[in-house]
Amino acid sequence: MNPTVELITKMADDALIIGHRHSEWTGLGPILEEDIAMASMAQDKIGHALALYTLLQEHFAGPDPDTMAFSRKPADFRCCHLVEHPNGDYDFTLMRHFLFDHAEWLRYQMLRQSSFAPMAHFANRISGELKYHILHANTLLQRLARGSEESHARLQAALNDAFPLAMGIFEPGPYEQELAGTGVFAGEEILKNRWFLEVEHRLLSWGFQVPALSDAPAGWGGRKGYHTEFLQPLLDEMAAVIRSQPEASW
Amino acid sequence: MVTEHIKQRTPVLSLQAVWDALAQVHDPELPDLSIVDLGMVSEIKVNDNRVQVKIIPTYTACPATALIQLNVAEQLRGLGFAEVEVLRDSQTPWSSNRISESGRKKLQALGLAPPPQFDSPWTEQTLGQATCPFCGSNDTHLHSLFGTTLCRSTHFCTGCGQLFERFKPL
Repeated sequence: MNPTVELITKMADDALIIGHRHSEWTGLGPILEEDIAMASMAQDKIGHALALYTLLQEHFAGPDPDTMAFSRKPADFRCCHLVEHPNGDYDFTLMRHFLFDHAEWLRYQMLRQSSFAPMAHFANRISGELKYHILHANTLLQRLARGSEESHARLQAALNDAFPLAMGIFEPGPYEQELAGTGVFAGEEILKNRWFLEVEHRLLSWGFQVPALSDAPAGWGGRKGYHTEFLQPLLDEMAAVIRSQPEASW
Repeated sequence: MVTEHIKQRTPVLSLQAVWDALAQVHDPELPDLSIVDLGMVSEIKVNDNRVQVKIIPTYTACPATALIQLNVAEQLRGLGFAEVEVLRDSQTPWSSNRISESGRKKLQALGLAPPPQFDSPWTEQTLGQATCPFCGSNDTHLHSLFGTTLCRSTHFCTGCGQLFERFKPL
């Protein structure tokens, strides 16, 4: 695989899958404002996935975006395990949203300098949109961290569950050196360290115990096409309509 | 076909005619505002009976973008151009700073607070400051970062006790 294709595929797959997970809260959010927020962020994420699949199609002769989203097998996906996990309670959803979105935001900040110009333009374009996502995560976590003993304890438990999975965001790909050498992307290790600086001080200020940054393979495998048992059912549900009416036009 | 072709070539279509036609293309989610009000047009090239227009999409996931492109093409064909090309400008990032003065007035009239102009990147502070479009009070607070469409946030006005929406700074 072309290194840039590998990079864009994993970013698009992450966005698509977490977007689908967010969308599962539509109509079920704990309060109306959160229902709307999750639905809006789902719409953004799936829109970003579409834009990234379109980059693959336009610049690397990739398949059309619908084929990428709806017709691949789990082993063809490059998303990390963190995004595949079911939503669980709202505490896990929020903590995952916080951990994932800070990483995504920083990744795009790095990509604004990418030597692959279409990616640099895209990163530039969507920064404002992503800022709303991290602001949402920060605001709500801060409020709940100071809410009650129960809300704090639930978020700490969610952090303990989500943190090792978040390591999988930074699982090194097969082309780290090529991507860094050609100036396309500086690499997962640099991103991971920047991310930890960003999330650690916030979590500490909200009174959470932050697990240590690790290279332990908890949550690894997604970037190589090895997934959790949760991905296949998600893909089945996501593609249910298109599979029932493959010839339909929209 | 030949006569029709000649007929279409006759009028000389000015750049102004194109701008006027584009001012008739509206955002389906904000029907009072045109794509010119929103600052979505980045380039127009008129060459004889050919026209090329570049449109800057606003939010990446905005479902209206594809429809707007179709409407632009239809509007320009209506002017009599033989060849119409509508391109997405993916290099220019759209910003709410691009919304024109008249666009801001139209938002206000819709009961939607216009986005603040910003020089440096906006902050949490900028987001919290909004003027109520109903009573004009500045005694308001941010209620939710999201609203009924991707481009709106929700605010509460202490002055008149009403929720209102604002076009988000982006």
